[in-house]
Amino acid sequence: MSATVSQSLRVLPQIRHALRPLQGPLIAIGGAMVIGAALMLLSGHNPIDAYWAMLLGAIAGPNLANLASTVARGAPIVGMGIAAAIAFRAGYPNLGGEGQMVLGALTAALVGLYVPLPPPLLLPLVILAAMLVGGLWSWFPAWAQFRAGVPILISTLLLNYPASYFASYMVTHVVRDVPSGMTQTYMLADDLHFIKLMPGTQLHAGIFITLGVVLATWFVIDRTVIGYRLRLMGLNAQFTRYGGVNMNRMGYGIMFLSGAVAGLVGAIEVLGVNYRYIDGALQSPQYAWVGLMSALLVNSSPPGVLLAGLFFSAVQTGGFGMERATDVPRELARVLQALIILLIAAQSSFNFGQGRAEERET
Amino acid sequence: MDLSQIFDATLLNSTFRYITPILLAALGGLICERVGVFNIALEGLMLWGAYFAVVGSYYAENAFVGVLAAMGLGIALAAVLGVIVIPLKGNMIVSGIALNLLIAGATVFLLRAMFGVKGAFQDPRIQGLGKINIPIIENLPVLGPILSGHSWLVYLSWALVVVVYLLLFKTSLGLRMRGVGEQPEAAATLGVNVNWMRFGAILASGALCGLAGAQLSLGQVTLFVENMSAGRGWIAVVANMLGQANPIGVFLASVLFGFADSIGFRLQAYGLPTQFTGMVPYLVTLVALFIIAVRRKRLLPWT
Repeated sequence: MSATVSQSLRVLPQIRHALRPLQGPLIAIGGAMVIGAALMLLSGHNPIDAYWAMLLGAIAGPNLANLASTVARGAPIVGMGIAAAIAFRAGYPNLGGEGQMVLGALTAALVGLYVPLPPPLLLPLVILAAMLVGGLWSWFPAWAQFRAGVPILISTLLLNYPASYFASYMVTHVVRDVPSGMTQTYMLADDLHFIKLMPGTQLHAGIFITLGVVLATWFVIDRTVIGYRLRLMGLNAQFTRYGGVNMNRMGYGIMFLSGAVAGLVGAIEVLGVNYRYIDGALQSPQYAWVGLMSALLVNSSPPGVLLAGLFFSAVQTGGFGMERATDVPRELARVLQALIILLIAAQSSFNFGQGRAEERET
Repeated sequence: MDLSQIFDATLLNSTFRYITPILLAALGGLICERVGVFNIALEGLMLWGAYFAVVGSYYAENAFVGVLAAMGLGIALAAVLGVIVIPLKGNMIVSGIALNLLIAGATVFLLRAMFGVKGAFQDPRIQGLGKINIPIIENLPVLGPILSGHSWLVYLSWALVVVVYLLLFKTSLGLRMRGVGEQPEAAATLGVNVNWMRFGAILASGALCGLAGAQLSLGQVTLFVENMSAGRGWIAVVANMLGQANPIGVFLASVLFGFADSIGFRLQAYGLPTQFTGMVPYLVTLVALFIIAVRRKRLLPWT
């Protein structure tokens, strides 16, 4: 008896060690909830009722419908989180996920509509084309940084605007489904639609692709030589360069891959949810930015992104439930999400790759 | 299309209105840069200022109160950022990104919580910044319509270029600031409090971005629209790089970007799709960024 107790006590430090990465995020989440509660009190609402309604809105509902929509909304967030994490882990602050995703989605819709191939051949082409375009939109800032010294941080962010404007132009003037009266492309043929997993929900087969991307990224980053080099670049760029790693070649590849995953997310949304490109449909739910925040929350660890992405998605879908039940505007969800990241940053546990050495000096 | 119709005095007049938010925010970024803080929260601070300028003007039915509210709350928000970045040693980039996202969400939330509206808030109670017509200059043939007829914030921004220049290069405070930016250890040895200097610079950028936001929501229009800063805070970051953190250079860079901003609107009237004219300021900024980067390597320490 006493032997088993002492044995299980010996496991405690290991459990504590395993839970350590959760400590910072949990403090941030708690802090954000306290600030959110204060905001609600100030605007005359009961925070306990609101948070309870948020929880129910995220996971309850008839036939777990709310949980299904949390997972469905979580898929593009997790995907965009992985896209961001790939670049962040190597120390490249890619803020251009939105543009990369939008152009990937537009490409997917155009290839799916206008390339005359039988569906079994067309589907992979749609996905690859979207990844190629998303990747190139992300490769370009890498080129500009390595060849000219244009900071990726700023070029990627600024490139979001032309991407959205261009996609908007295409569906307004060039490939618009005019009879529908909306700024959108025509609908893809039925054979190209991903099958729905649950009737009446947005849950579709594309989530398995997203899950596959998470697992593949996890494996590559944690278990392969390329992943090891990628992590080294993020931790200490100079050392890695002296260690003989071709930084630029790696950098091009990493930025391309980051954008390609973003393009893939765009394609999955087109094939699984809207079946066409709709102007603004991917920007207004903030998939790219919420995904980026989930990568920041967990220090860009792929399994962490999966959890954080689903968590942020739950906060958003919960926001809808909260608004229905308590009149607290659902936009509070966006405030909570950003507060969490601000509080993560405040804990100074986060290092942004190559920015690190210089910042230590201050 | 007749070019002289596009490039007329009215365009130059509107250019000056578009320059102002970028210039004011860029001056805030400049002050931070000079003390060694890379401030990328200009976008969020500007949006915050734009929101509270409208709120202040709505409640007081007075534009000046709106400007004061924008400035005061800009300073308050900058203080939060300063606490995170300086005593808590938070990463400036992550904090800046988080702050920008926070304000994008918070202004939408507040818009609904305070006024019950979505997307945009417009009300006859909101007073815009009036136009000032300068007596003699007003009647000059070409210069009149260009230099006269702006809001007082436009003229203030020009004055601030001179003030910041004098502060940096002609005062002992400016000397200490530059010392903190260039050699923080040396400055600390000479008794300069590096952290307070940086904190103060962040507060100043909050005030300047608040003014920039007020010009956006009360100077150019008289309403608040969700996310109305639309990347101008980032353009201001680039204006500061292009101007090499020098007030005169930053002014010229802001003129370029303000011109790009206003010509986009002008081209719309000539049948170009709004999507293409909307792209113009970002493309001009990217091209400028590329050119300065080629000419000077390493714009940021880790590139």
